[in-house]
Amino acid sequence: MVLFWFWAVAAMLTIYAVLDGFDIGAGIVHLFVARNDTERRLVLRSIGPVWDGNEVWLIAAGGTLFMAFPTLYASSFSGFYLPLSLVLWLLILRGIAIEFRSKIASPVWSPFWDVVFASASAGLAGFYGVAIGNVVRGVPLDQSGFFFLTLWTDFRVGGRVGILDWFTILVGLATFFAMAAHGSLWVALKTDGELETRCRQAANLLWWPVLLFTVLIPIVSPMVQPHLLDRIAHHPWGYIFPAFALAGLAGMRYFNRAQSAIQAFIASSLYVLGIATSTTFGLCPYVLPSTIDSRFSLSIANAAAPPSAQRIGFFWFIPGIILAFVYLRFGYRGFAGKVDVEGQGY
Amino acid sequence: MDALTVDRIQFAFTLVFHYLFPQLTMGLALLIVIFKTVALRTGKEHYNRAARFWARIFAVNFAMGVVTGIPMEFQFGTNWAGFSKAAGGVLGQTLAMEGIFSFFLESSFLGLFLFGERRLGPIAHWLSAFLVFLGSWLSGFFIIATNAWMQHPVGYQITPTGQIDLVSLWSLLTNPWLRWQYPHNMTASVITASVVMAATGAFYLLSNIHLDYARTFLRTGVIAGAIASCLMMYPLGDSQGRNVAQYQPVTFAAMEGLFHTERGAPLAILGQPDMQAQTLDNPLIVPNVLSFLTYRRWKAKVKGLDAFPRSEWPDNVPLLYYAYHNMVGLGTFFIAILLIAALALWPGWLYESRLLLWALMLLAPFPYIATTFGWMTAELGRQPWLIYGLMRTSQGASPSVSEGNALFTLIGFVGMYGVLSVLFLFLIYFEVQRGPAREAPFNGPVRNPN
Repeated sequence: MVLFWFWAVAAMLTIYAVLDGFDIGAGIVHLFVARNDTERRLVLRSIGPVWDGNEVWLIAAGGTLFMAFPTLYASSFSGFYLPLSLVLWLLILRGIAIEFRSKIASPVWSPFWDVVFASASAGLAGFYGVAIGNVVRGVPLDQSGFFFLTLWTDFRVGGRVGILDWFTILVGLATFFAMAAHGSLWVALKTDGELETRCRQAANLLWWPVLLFTVLIPIVSPMVQPHLLDRIAHHPWGYIFPAFALAGLAGMRYFNRAQSAIQAFIASSLYVLGIATSTTFGLCPYVLPSTIDSRFSLSIANAAAPPSAQRIGFFWFIPGIILAFVYLRFGYRGFAGKVDVEGQGY
Repeated sequence: MDALTVDRIQFAFTLVFHYLFPQLTMGLALLIVIFKTVALRTGKEHYNRAARFWARIFAVNFAMGVVTGIPMEFQFGTNWAGFSKAAGGVLGQTLAMEGIFSFFLESSFLGLFLFGERRLGPIAHWLSAFLVFLGSWLSGFFIIATNAWMQHPVGYQITPTGQIDLVSLWSLLTNPWLRWQYPHNMTASVITASVVMAATGAFYLLSNIHLDYARTFLRTGVIAGAIASCLMMYPLGDSQGRNVAQYQPVTFAAMEGLFHTERGAPLAILGQPDMQAQTLDNPLIVPNVLSFLTYRRWKAKVKGLDAFPRSEWPDNVPLLYYAYHNMVGLGTFFIAILLIAALALWPGWLYESRLLLWALMLLAPFPYIATTFGWMTAELGRQPWLIYGLMRTSQGASPSVSEGNALFTLIGFVGMYGVLSVLFLFLIYFEVQRGPAREAPFNGPVRNPN
């Protein structure tokens, strides 16, 4: 049962990364690919009706994590107090920027929100990456089951660690570029003309740093978290997850150059999925490793909710999540095709 | 200030600010469905335009509600880790259910409702409005179920490690506390939306703009508001009060300012609790009425604060007393104004009476204030417990978050919400001024109203 919840939360967070990943990515490249008011409206329209549904995956995953792993929820959220608060503020600013930007046509109102939208998106992508880096590296959990991390200490991965160190910053940059490329491919898919061309070019250009980090991070990660090597050595079938990521990476390049927008976007989704599942697989059965002693690490077993709560949750979760996919299908189907500037909207 | 105090202030501040938006959108969703239904049945474009105008107001409020709502879920973990660790197995259920059953529904169909009118056709568009309404009322249900469990925990058992395990989902969702708190809260949200709608109509008539819509908004707002505020007094407010008397008698005594146990207890209308002397200063009281309202007998015994040890008393009795009395006072005031306005509606006097129009326009902020006082009553009344009878508030805060770090984020939230409020009010004023008649042209940029 507890393994079910582990993969359920991991799957929801992965879906969140794929879906909100593209609208955050669209925000990162917003100022570069869209040059005038019409194009910027088009970028917003390409994510407008779906961004808040995408964010629901974060809220639903958070709720499910709270229910199934209350100890992890309590420990990690209070330990990552400062970066999470920053993430909340960035989410607030970004959401408001999207919704407010096109409500008043004015040469001071819209450009202001464009910059807020782009910088909040960039900051979020970076912080999400840093968060993943922190979970992989581990945190100073002790026997109390709690910890607190300052934003930075000496930027080294050992001893008294902070949120930011060279490793977590690397993961942050990797996430930033991956989301930017993912978002460019989405906007390319939803628009046409010059905007589409510029998005394709952006995705082509961003592919190189994504490639660089995809090679670099697996090389340095085992130095930071030796458990990863152990895990893959004992379960060689796990190579399938990085293989997804590599296939996605190759597909992004190939299909984007072949101008097959849908396939290119699917490939970059596959890439995000591959990276997320590889990380989850590599850490399992830990959910938050301790840098002090592995006895203090939070694992699937010691972070889980009491048994009856897990069982009860299972009964409503399955029909609930099926319903969610049905709604999602309606939402996206009503939004099929390229966007234009006609009609009501952003 | 210690970390616990800062945690409490931050939660209270972010929650009060957050709830300014959902209380409008939940009620407004219902009124929009009413407009869409009338439009569908009569075929009058007038009501579609009215619905589109309120959908724009809805969208801005909804966005504010979403972005200020995420911090509420996160803060259970960031600031209240002790509480989350113990109660996640129970309260995570309702919070996850809210995400999965209502937010997915709401967000998928809101996109269609706001931007898909031409693509969907009238019936599917009506349905998407209805599903947005259903989603928002469901999310209200799950949140109230969460709060109701903290007020009156049911269906649980304590594990040997001290965590709280849920044993019955059915009990959680049919909590006797929830049965009255949910309709009480949702009716309050209908009052907020109705008063805002009526106030907008009054503002249009007084400014002599958008006159056709002004009458529609006034009529709809006044009638819906009058019905909702009467229901609020009886049976909803009455039953909620008796719920508190039954399950949290000490809270009830503090709310009513009843220091001493009495037969034929009086109802205090006005007065200031004096905690030293344990009396109500300058009391304006009606004898026997509290006994009657609570137990339906004039001479029934009502327990006062003196019947309970001091450690069980809510930690801020005067604030609780004022919050409750302000809520009830404002509620009574709404009934009076809205009933008079409803009566003046039939002969058509309302549209001409500047006095009533002014009164309705100025009424707009008061439902928000009343709702805030209502929630203060619920939350202050639960003190000193975080989960009533199970966990003290002081046990719930995050052990690892220091006062300085908590204060840093509190100041951040105050600053950010302050700036957002200014921009929000500016945008809402702009939308109200633009009104329903002048829609955004279908092609090209939005025109400046001047």
